[in-house]
Formats: sequence, C-alpha cells, structure tokens
Amino acid sequence: MFKLLEGPQTLGRGKLFWSCVLAVLAGALVYPLFADSYDVGNFAYFLIWIFMALGLCLMWGYGGMLSFGQTLFFGIAGYGYGVLAINMGGGTATIAALVLSVALAMIAAGILGYFMIWGGINGIFFGIVTLSATLVLAFFLGQTAGPEWHIGPARLNGFNGMKGMDPLTVGDFYIEGSALYYVMIALIVIVYLALRMLVNSGIGNVIAATRENPQRAEMLGYDVRKYQLLTFVIGSGLAGLSGALYTSWGQFITPSSIGLPAAAMPIVWVAFSGRSDLTATLVGSFLLLFGFQTITVYSQQAALVLMGALLLATVMLAPQGFVLGIGKLVADRWRGRRRDDGTVMAEAGRLQSEES
Amino acid sequence: MSAEVFSLFYQFADVFAFLILSAAGLAIVFGMMGVINMAHGEFIMCGAYVTVGLVNLGVPLAISQILAALTAGLIGVLVEFLVVRRFYKRPLDSLLATWGLSLIVTQSMLLIVGSAVRGIGTPEGSFAIGGYTFSTYRLVLFGCAVAVLVALYIIFMKTRFGVIARATMQNAAMAKALGARTGRIYAISFGIGAGLAGLCGALYAPTMTLIPTMGATFVVESFVTVVIGGANVLLGTAPAAVFLAMIRMALNASYGQIIGQIGMLVAVILIVRVLPEGLSSVLARRGR
Repeated sequence: MFKLLEGPQTLGRGKLFWSCVLAVLAGALVYPLFADSYDVGNFAYFLIWIFMALGLCLMWGYGGMLSFGQTLFFGIAGYGYGVLAINMGGGTATIAALVLSVALAMIAAGILGYFMIWGGINGIFFGIVTLSATLVLAFFLGQTAGPEWHIGPARLNGFNGMKGMDPLTVGDFYIEGSALYYVMIALIVIVYLALRMLVNSGIGNVIAATRENPQRAEMLGYDVRKYQLLTFVIGSGLAGLSGALYTSWGQFITPSSIGLPAAAMPIVWVAFSGRSDLTATLVGSFLLLFGFQTITVYSQQAALVLMGALLLATVMLAPQGFVLGIGKLVADRWRGRRRDDGTVMAEAGRLQSEES
Repeated sequence: MSAEVFSLFYQFADVFAFLILSAAGLAIVFGMMGVINMAHGEFIMCGAYVTVGLVNLGVPLAISQILAALTAGLIGVLVEFLVVRRFYKRPLDSLLATWGLSLIVTQSMLLIVGSAVRGIGTPEGSFAIGGYTFSTYRLVLFGCAVAVLVALYIIFMKTRFGVIARATMQNAAMAKALGARTGRIYAISFGIGAGLAGLCGALYAPTMTLIPTMGATFVVESFVTVVIGGANVLLGTAPAAVFLAMIRMALNASYGQIIGQIGMLVAVILIVRVLPEGLSSVLARRGR
C-alpha cells in the first residue's frame, strides 16, 4: 500500500525527496517551541487553506475539472459547523460537528456534481456554473441579517457573519493555539499522503485518463462520470474541511469568505503553484498565503491586485505554474545533468508541454 | 383587469431587460470566440462609472450613456489586443486571465476611487394604470433591451461584417483562407461585447449604488443566461432570457429577489441536466 506513495502521477521519489519531506515536517513540529504563540496561531491560519488548495489540485490538475466552487463548499461546511456546534452545545460534540459539516459539503457537492456531470457540463461551463452557485450562496447569506434567519439558536446575521460557536473541543480542552497547529499539521500530513496514494492507485490512473481524453477512457470501459463525481466530491469535501476548520479557528464566518474575490483565491494558489502536482500545490499555496498575509496587513486591496496580477502572469508566462517549473529546474540540476541554462530551460519546457 | 395584466408584463419586462442587457455582451464574445469573459462585470462597472462621471460634469444622461458604452467598447478592443488574443486556443486559460484582470481592476478601483461614489438618481417620471404606478425608466430599459436584440440581428444578419463574422464563427480557418481578417473580426466582436456590457452598466447606473464590486451583481444573471442560451445570441440568449424571466418573475412576486435568484439557478442546473448544449442547439436543430 505504501508503494503507492510514489508513482507516475506525483513528482518526488527516492530517499532524498522523503528526507526533505521529513526535514520540513520536523521543522514544522519544533517551530512552536521557538516562535511566540501569536505567530503559531498565524501559521495555523495559513494551514487551514491548504486543504482547499489540495482539493482543487485534485479536481483540476488530476481530474481536469476546473471548479470555481471551492468557496461554495467552504461556506457550506463553515456555516454548517457553526450551526451544528451552536445547536449541539459545544464540548466534544464539536468534533461531530466538524465531521458532519464536511459530510454536508460532500453531499451538496454530490448533488450539484450529479446534475453537472451527468448533464455533460465540462470545460468552461463547469467553472461558471459552480461560480454562479457560489455567488448565489454568498448573496443569500448576505441578506440573512434579520432575526427571522436562524437555525435553532444559531443566528446567521447577514454580512456581519455568524459567531458564538465553540472552537473544536475535546472534553474541557479547547483545541486552540499550538494544539490547533499540531492538529493542522497532522491533518495535512494525512491528507497529503492519502491524496498521493489515491492518485497513484488504479482509481487515480483512471481519473488522469479521464482528464487526458474522456472518450478514450469511456471506450476502455470506465464510466467516467462516476470517477469525475468521486473526484469532485473529494475535492469539494477538502474545501469543506477548510471551511469547518476556519470557523473553528476564528469562531466566526461571514459571507465575504464565500463570494468574490474570495472565490478566486484557490484558483490563484493552485494555478501559480502548478496544478498538475500535489507537492507543488502544497508548497506554492503556503508561500502565497504567507506573502498575501504579509501584504494584507498594509492593504488588502493591494494584496488582491497582486493576486490578480500573479494569475494573469501565470497563464501568460508559465501556464503550468511557477513553483512546478522551478521545482523541475532544480530537480534536473540536482541530478548532476548540468547543461547550459538554455538547454535546461528547453528541457523543462518540453516536460511541461508533454504533460499538458 | 387590464391593469393587472400590464403589471405582470411590467414585472416580466423588468427582469427580461436585466437578463438581456447583462448577458448580451458575454454571449457575443462566447458565441464568436468560445471565450467567457470573466471581466464582464468590470466592463459593466466601467460603463456605470463613466456615465455617472460625465453626468456629474453636466453632460446629459443619454449622451453620457452612449459615450460610456463606446468607452467600454474601446477598452474591450485594447484588452483583446493585449490579453485575450493569446488565449483563443486555450479557452480555460482565457477564463483565468480575464479573472485575473477582473481582480486587478476591481481592487485597483477600490484603492483609487474608494468604496462609494456620489450617484445620480433614477430619472423621474412615472405613469399610472388603474391603481398602480409604474416607473417610466424601467420601460425605457425594456425598450433598450429589445433595441439591442434588433441591432444585433441587423449587424449579424444584414451587414457584410455579419456575414464574415458568422463565417468566422462556423469555421475560422476556412474564413481566413478565403481572405477574412479573422484577427480583426475577433477584436471587433470583443469590442462589441465589451461595449454592450458598458451599455448595461450605463443604463443601470442611475438605478443603483456605484461601488467597484457592482459587476458581481450582474454576473450570475449573465452567466446562467449564457449557460442556458448556448452559443447563439439571437436563437439562444433571447429565448433563454424569456424563459428565465418568467421563472424569476413568478418567484420574485411571491418570495422576493433572493429566492427568485436561487430559483433561477436551480432551474438552470436542472435544465443543464436535460439540455447540455443549451437552448440554441435545440432551436437550431428544429430550424433545419
């Protein structure tokens, strides 16, 4: 089973790669011992979004489905966690709220995905239908300010957002600060390794085959719609996980984390990083989130302008993603196959065009 | 009795005009080039801002609106030349590129202009039928929507440009081989699309608050109309708008705007399951 951690669908193999992974992991584990608790909380905040990025990477890079609806499922699970945590009364029940809210997002993805995939929607329209659904949810939640909009004791509160839910709790112990940070690290390791195994397994190969040529995959006897739906549900469920964790982290959520421009953010992270590889997405998304947060402190608009410019630059200059391109360049050099810069660049370009 | 009938028509016309005006530009660009312009909402915003800016300078409203549509159209040609042109072979990347553009424009506007601009009031004027009072401007909008459809029909069916444009749409390589300058056709089509978006913003500018993110209020309607309508503006977008306007009108009247919007989206998702290629493919098939 662990053989599936490496394979044709993922970059990085061998002792060197895994020692690097372990070194990064070890660094991440000892980090809270040196940093102050505010920075650790901030780091946990970046890590929240990684699941959403990995989910989009699976759908878009591996499955060939460009979903603009990551924040839709983020919002469903985020609000779902809030409503459930308030209604079930905090405590250890919050863990159940987390699981149920992610399940809720996956069910919603299953329903929406069924109609789109069985309806034969693909390519551009897949994006704009998911985006339309996302915006409608944001508009809907935006006008729920009145007291009549409540589910049990949980008020939705319109643009001001829902608040008052408990964070994740085990018994009397609130999972906050560095405890939350360690939970995030553990979840990311699990999700990252599980996704690597998934894409290198038989199912993953069918998913990739569907992306390459749906008709051919169908002729080979696979019901591509089922594989697409599976990919969509898993990817959207990961967005849901981000949403539920986000609500738990800040104990509040607003419609603005669903609508524009929030809906564009996962697209920017994954496009910039390189959608065709999980590791590139993981690294690139983290770097972008870090940079974005640093600039947001001064001006949120400027940070968003930069994100837009990055997206534009990515599709114009490096359609396969910057992090992936640089990663391949470094990997080529490391192997000692030193050549002129020009040939290495050409080689990297050739590798990329083969993959596209 | 006639007052009730007119009231129904008025509500229908209001939604229909909104759908047609917001979707026409998007549908033209999609129909011609297969590109969905994610910055569509920003062209609408541009039209609205130019209109309000000119009116505040003392230019009459109607002239400001025409100038605003022209401005948006010119910017559209420029954007096509600088960005969109590179992506005709990669439609998904065109989606991302124009979305990047949209982010840049919206957030820069927020930085430069700030969140709200002094608006202009809806033109006065109302008339009464039976016990109901109606705003004249809403009917003007309906008239504009119909005029846009008629103008598009004339441009694409009756002019030389229209013949070449339709030839390019059917088979770009063949049209090019026969001497059509497809690059120029694409640029002009994108310009027309952007200009229509600008017109939409210009026409609705007096009726709403001006904020840089106002484009988002139009995009859902324009997206779903194009999804249902498919690639043909006249055979697709117009019937799609009639159909969606009926659903929307019924739901708006009994449950309010937001339920109307949700109902419209649900209807679209259900229809897509049955007619993946949109209404225009069905109509085109029956026409043959």
